[in-house]
Amino acid sequence: MATRTVTIASSVGLHARPAALFVEAASASGLDVEIAKPGEDPVDATSILGVMALGARHGEEVVLTAEGDGADETLDSLVELLSRDLDAE
Amino acid sequence: MAASETPSETRHGIGVSPGTAYGPVVQVAPPVRPPADEKAVDDQEAALADVRAAFESVAVSLEERATRVDDTAQQILKATALIARDKGLVKAAAKELAAGHGRAHSIENAVETYAAQFEALGGYFAERVADLRDVGSRAVAAVLGVPAPGVPSFTEPSVIVAEDLAPAETATLDRRLVVGIITEAGGRTSHTAILAAQMGIPAVVQLAGATEIAAGTPVALDGDTGEVTVDPDMELVTAQRERAARRAEALSHLSGPGRTSDGVEVALLANIGGVEDAVAAGAQDLEGVGLFRTEFVYLSATKAPTVEEQTEIYRGVFAPFEGRRVVVRTLDAGADKPLKFADLGPEENPALGRRGLRLSAERPDLLDAQLEALAIAARETGADVRVMAPMVATAEEAAWFARRVRENGLPKAGVMIEVPGAALRAHDVLGEVDFGSLGTNDLAQYTMAADRMQGALSDLLDPWQPGVLDVVGLACEGAARADRPIGVCGESAGDPLLALVLVGLGVSSLSMAPSKVPVVRLALSLHSVVECQALAAAARGARTAIDALTAVREAARTELTDLL
Repeated sequence: MATRTVTIASSVGLHARPAALFVEAASASGLDVEIAKPGEDPVDATSILGVMALGARHGEEVVLTAEGDGADETLDSLVELLSRDLDAE
Repeated sequence: MAASETPSETRHGIGVSPGTAYGPVVQVAPPVRPPADEKAVDDQEAALADVRAAFESVAVSLEERATRVDDTAQQILKATALIARDKGLVKAAAKELAAGHGRAHSIENAVETYAAQFEALGGYFAERVADLRDVGSRAVAAVLGVPAPGVPSFTEPSVIVAEDLAPAETATLDRRLVVGIITEAGGRTSHTAILAAQMGIPAVVQLAGATEIAAGTPVALDGDTGEVTVDPDMELVTAQRERAARRAEALSHLSGPGRTSDGVEVALLANIGGVEDAVAAGAQDLEGVGLFRTEFVYLSATKAPTVEEQTEIYRGVFAPFEGRRVVVRTLDAGADKPLKFADLGPEENPALGRRGLRLSAERPDLLDAQLEALAIAARETGADVRVMAPMVATAEEAAWFARRVRENGLPKAGVMIEVPGAALRAHDVLGEVDFGSLGTNDLAQYTMAADRMQGALSDLLDPWQPGVLDVVGLACEGAARADRPIGVCGESAGDPLLALVLVGLGVSSLSMAPSKVPVVRLALSLHSVVECQALAAAARGARTAIDALTAVREAARTELTDLL
């Protein structure tokens, strides 16, 4: 199982457009990807409602995990996505 | 006022997107609710398949509409479709079915589970609840086999009327057929307002009784003044259209800081209530923010927001105003706006109770956390941040607040002047701080002893009441003697005639809904300070509120009054 920790760069936190882009990317990978706040229960990264309900704000850390072929590459690209201020683009 | 206007037919909402429109009303179908007598399902598997198909059909129809609209609308529709496709929603609905609920109720309950979570998160997250409920209502309609909520199809250019429009609805309106929008709910910064302005469709929000206007009835609306006339005569429609064109023309020649015709500066500022407002106002031609209401940071939260959480929000509000002023009103809650984490118990007279600074005195920890976060965000963004306290009544309270503000490293402290006692002793109260700001709505409520929530007393709350103008005048005199600037941050500041009176009384800044700034700028540019003083004297010399308004309207320059 691959794991990454990343800080949310989006100035509005992980919601609305940033959340939608993240969920679309996670879904496109076809893998089981999960996202969690450190120490909390993970949620399905392909569920926009689950991801938004995390309430991850600007500057907070989240932990991503994935299983299966290409898990490392998938997580690297998701980390890259969350490290950008998606709302400003 | 033109003689042809018949007041019984003309109603007032809030104009949020400029221009005039005339056309028959198309009523938007309200959200669909599950039937009260819905039966539990026998075959859970079949029912779950129906629920799944309902959500899927909603997603498909949203995606289909997304292909026919511009970029902004497309993003909104695609994000909404993503919600409809969410596996979590189907899982939650399955649990509801298993618990014995019918199909439609299961959908609604599943949606409400998430809605409650978002509302508890507050801030940005709570703003997504409207999208979520829109998906739920569409899925309920689909599972019941009834027409989807929203805009029915129509072929004649029309005025769309709704309780409120969901983002998906507003985004997909056909600009060629929709000549105007009226909503009964909504606010200046609702999706409806923002998208309507972007699309250039004249719009009025918060029009009482809008949804009761029969479909097909012709209406005329003015998106600047918020005026809506049901079944108007053509003379009025023409007059309204010409006046709007003249106004647009007059406003197009002016820009920059507010000043009177003799060059005296009067800062034109915005009233805002959150990050989205700040971003919208920051892009406009105005000198900063005169009132940033911070309640939204607290009201939906179940525990006190941390310094970090607050800093993030304030950073977002200040960033668009680097180098410009932002006047922040500290937490104005308690009594009628109770907080889950700082409830001091029910009160007989909430408006007169432990609210505003009085709550901060009971819970200084809340105030200190807010001031600390404001100071950090101010340093990081380079905005000219000034902090003021609500509900200050005495000089001691003002001094207590100013000390706490300075201890937290913020350079400028002020107070709201909304308690008549503080207005009468403005010299002493403002002597303790750097500036004052008249909250004219509450000042009128307390001066006239008339509850703002009591619609039947609205005549007493008229800001043209000579008694209220006297109290404002005395506060300005006190401020002048203490050599402190005083501004106005109530609705009155956005009324061009009243703004002139306020400047005549001695006010040096006016904070209002951003959409009102251009017409107030124009009003100021046409009058000198001496003329404003004459208008103020005329208003205070009147016996009644109506007389005060009439006197000022007659004495103001016709270049202005012809446009109103």
